[in-house]
Amino acid sequence: MATDRRGAGKAGRSLPRVALVGQPNAGKSTLFNAIVGYRALASNFPGTTVEALRGRANVGGRRGEVVDLPGTYSLLGGDLAERVTREFLLSGDVDAVIQVADASLLGRSLALTLELAELGIPMILCLNMMDEAEHKGISIDVDALADLLGVPVVATVASRGQGLSELLASLPTAKPARRPPYTADVERALARIAATLDGDPGAPIHRAAQLLGGEGGQATLDPRTARAVEEARAELSQGRGEDPGVILADERHAQAMRLFEAVARVGQPQVGWRERLDDVLMHPVAGYPFLVLILLGLFALVFWAGGTVEGILSPWLDGLSGRIAAALGTGPLAALLGGAWDGLAAGIAIVLPYLVPFLLLLAFLEDVGYMPRVGFLLDGLMHKVGLHGKSVIPFLLGYGCTVPAVLATRILDDERDRLVTAALAVMIPCAGRTIVIMGLVGRYVGPGVALLLYGGNVAVVALAGWVLTRLLPGEGPGLILEIPPYRRPRAKNLLGKTWLRLKGFVALAWPLLAVSSGLLALAEALGWARGLNASVRFLTWPLGLPSEAGVPLVLGILRKELSLVMLDEALVGGVAALTQAQMIVFTVFVLFYVPCLATVGALGKELGWRRTGLVVLGTTAVGLLLGVLVRLLV
Amino acid sequence: MSFYFQVPLSSLPPGGVGRVVAIHGGRGPSLRLRRLGLRPGALVRVATVGGWGGPVLVEVDGCQVALGRGLARHILVEPRGPSPGDGH
Repeated sequence: MATDRRGAGKAGRSLPRVALVGQPNAGKSTLFNAIVGYRALASNFPGTTVEALRGRANVGGRRGEVVDLPGTYSLLGGDLAERVTREFLLSGDVDAVIQVADASLLGRSLALTLELAELGIPMILCLNMMDEAEHKGISIDVDALADLLGVPVVATVASRGQGLSELLASLPTAKPARRPPYTADVERALARIAATLDGDPGAPIHRAAQLLGGEGGQATLDPRTARAVEEARAELSQGRGEDPGVILADERHAQAMRLFEAVARVGQPQVGWRERLDDVLMHPVAGYPFLVLILLGLFALVFWAGGTVEGILSPWLDGLSGRIAAALGTGPLAALLGGAWDGLAAGIAIVLPYLVPFLLLLAFLEDVGYMPRVGFLLDGLMHKVGLHGKSVIPFLLGYGCTVPAVLATRILDDERDRLVTAALAVMIPCAGRTIVIMGLVGRYVGPGVALLLYGGNVAVVALAGWVLTRLLPGEGPGLILEIPPYRRPRAKNLLGKTWLRLKGFVALAWPLLAVSSGLLALAEALGWARGLNASVRFLTWPLGLPSEAGVPLVLGILRKELSLVMLDEALVGGVAALTQAQMIVFTVFVLFYVPCLATVGALGKELGWRRTGLVVLGTTAVGLLLGVLVRLLV
Repeated sequence: MSFYFQVPLSSLPPGGVGRVVAIHGGRGPSLRLRRLGLRPGALVRVATVGGWGGPVLVEVDGCQVALGRGLARHILVEPRGPSPGDGH
């Protein structure tokens, strides 16, 4: 479905476009993946999707485009996700909206339906996670809800593919939802503002509600509207003694609850393993040993699986390398090709054994819903370094790859928390750096020292957080984090997510490893490497590293694991020729210095280039300082 | 129990139930809490409390929300005694 290219015909947008809108963790990305094929990361924590993602599908018998939007509780607020979603919907470039609602949280979801009704865009209400609702003892009269709202309502279980064809088939019948009136004084205030919006295209009631609520740039209004807004707000808050934004939210909530009570019956919830699990895993005391056990178990499993596969793979690759070297002979071209093969072989030896099990287990923790629970458990500790529990989610993702970790800082509500969390997440050892830790220190010095490096890294990150949050005062409002129920991970989603992440790694890393390794071998064969190494002696000398480590460290900026692979190529006798102290110093420096290029790009996008520059300089200073310190201590 | 007896949500013990009376502490957090169902009149139950001065886990409108201890101090509730379905 997704690869079919027919339909892009006439000028402009020729395909019907459908947007998925819904509250965080309602299953939009799961639904999106089920419709267009695996494209979006879907996880069991709020805020997985941070950008609008697009895909093609058969929409109501026609080819169309489906857009997965970030989860949002409301269309009126100023959060990043709320802004992205609102701007997309208001661009007028959407033919229909599918609101994906968590059926087990129907009352709250209907508040968003009412906001969509104000926008006037044709819509369908998708009651997702119907199994979850049944589990909670909630039964919903789907037809009655459709009658009350005036839109098609379809029940689905996206994770099992139930109801999807019915959902897509009902798209041509999408209609704007009926908007129930507010109380008379609010309607009067809205009408007063809406009357001045005649030049404004689109949905005057939505815009009026936004302005009445005190959101959305009063500064750029024409004077007539600005006056109407000011008067309406003053009159309403005087009459009720409450902020107009709060009044609107409360009235919409009351309307949603009335709808909910009209169509839903709440019976006895079922109690099962999921309810009992939190008695242990979120226990104020027992929760912590379990957290440590789960994380240690994760690492142990990765290294056990990695070591097993590596033991099988390595001899085979080594044999192949020997035969290739013999076939190529000598000379610059042979050096180039031989080097390229060695780089590629290292890529294969790294990716398959360690990265695959790591990504699978990370996906498992995400899908089962453990990540927000870690945020809950560590909130108190995070306050000691000036952050709160939500920052834990980017940090945990950082052990996989720093780029999604930096993007995930968007789930934080406060600008300063985002900045500090992104700056710290950069120092968390990603899979690439784990390869260096394990491949160098773990293999030649000992797994205990490798584990010590992980522990030391956490201490350094905590200390850096303590310093940063004192340099940037103004603690945010604190943790507000929805804890979703545990969900049984689906093999399809685990494999799809692992494949999606792996694909990103392989497509970028393997060519880079091959090309860099080939060029380095060529430079050595031609005698150029010496000059390059001399130019970075200012780094390798204070760290007590051989000058051959210079070029590998520079290449490590492209990808962290490249530094180890290249070092192995550059040294006569490979990395085994280093002393144990040099191995530790090299690893410590690689852990902290300049984040890789992809991370720098993500940081630039999220924080701006000036702050990114500061992060790059700061982390390099930390890396150099710690490297020298460790050299003196070891 | 007198109906005007009010305490911060942060001081309810695990298993304790209360009705929200008021939410203080700024418009932004207050609106965000409302969207999750924490609003005056809502019935909340404290499921558990995190260690090291950690968050309060509350059940409201059939979902669980972790609230930082500082925020929970700004939510005033009227205690209702233990919930009938305590311990699920």
